[in-house]
Amino acid sequence: MIIRRVSDWPTWEWRSPFDELDRMRKELDRLSGDFTGSVFRLPTAGVFPLVNVTEDPNNYYVRAELPGVKTDELDISVTGETLTLSGERKLPEESDKASYHRREREAGTFSRVISLPARLDVDKVKAHAEDGVLTVVLPKAESAKPRQIAVKGS
Amino acid sequence: MTESETKSLQAKEKKEVAAPAEMTKPGLVFNPAVDIFETERGLTLLADLPGVKAKDLKIDLKDDVLTLTADEAPLEGPGEKDVFREYRTGRYYRQFSLSDTIDQSKIEAVMKDGVLKLTLPKVEAATPRKIAVKTT
Repeated sequence: MIIRRVSDWPTWEWRSPFDELDRMRKELDRLSGDFTGSVFRLPTAGVFPLVNVTEDPNNYYVRAELPGVKTDELDISVTGETLTLSGERKLPEESDKASYHRREREAGTFSRVISLPARLDVDKVKAHAEDGVLTVVLPKAESAKPRQIAVKGS
Repeated sequence: MTESETKSLQAKEKKEVAAPAEMTKPGLVFNPAVDIFETERGLTLLADLPGVKAKDLKIDLKDDVLTLTADEAPLEGPGEKDVFREYRTGRYYRQFSLSDTIDQSKIEAVMKDGVLKLTLPKVEAATPRKIAVKTT
């Protein structure tokens, strides 16, 4: 609900009922979430492919499930702090005589930009695919790596 | 099918199975997406099983029911910490019931790039049998 103020009307009269409704809606969402057991909600950008990002002191690891996507059909590019994954998932054509009982797998193009929390060493990025899972290893730039600072005693 | 080839893919969370038989191992269980198509010679089943190694895939055939069970091997190294997670890993499980037109002894399975291809050939056309009627 977007409320646009046109004049200097006292707005509290108008906004408070909506605020209350909004609060109630949120509360109901929270309750229904509890009842259906979907407590574990994944934060997702909703863009294909879904990725899992992990880190260790030296690298970021970005993994995506891309079954049946060949590595030469993938386009991976890195600039500064962002990783771009794009490509196309192709499913082999079957002859016209084939009749489908199930068709759940999907083909199509995809493109996703992932921002990482720190600068990357662009030259040393590596990627490999294994069993339909793509792993991109992105080394952190020297300036972004954690540093131990020794405290000297006097 | 040119239309489907150019469309952009939508992100989908893996479908979790509500109650897949009795599980003795804790963890999440997903329904893999499959394509099944039929030609004159047989059926072909394609299943998306990303992250599954051939050795972790079990295909059981019993009483005309084909069961796929596959465990995803975690790829994360020991020192890696999560930054964010959008997909989950676990086990894939799905059952199919086969008709008796499938020659169950000739089923072949190939795993490539996380996609399982099962070839289920049909039985050779049953040879016509003559039934002699005996008179007593």
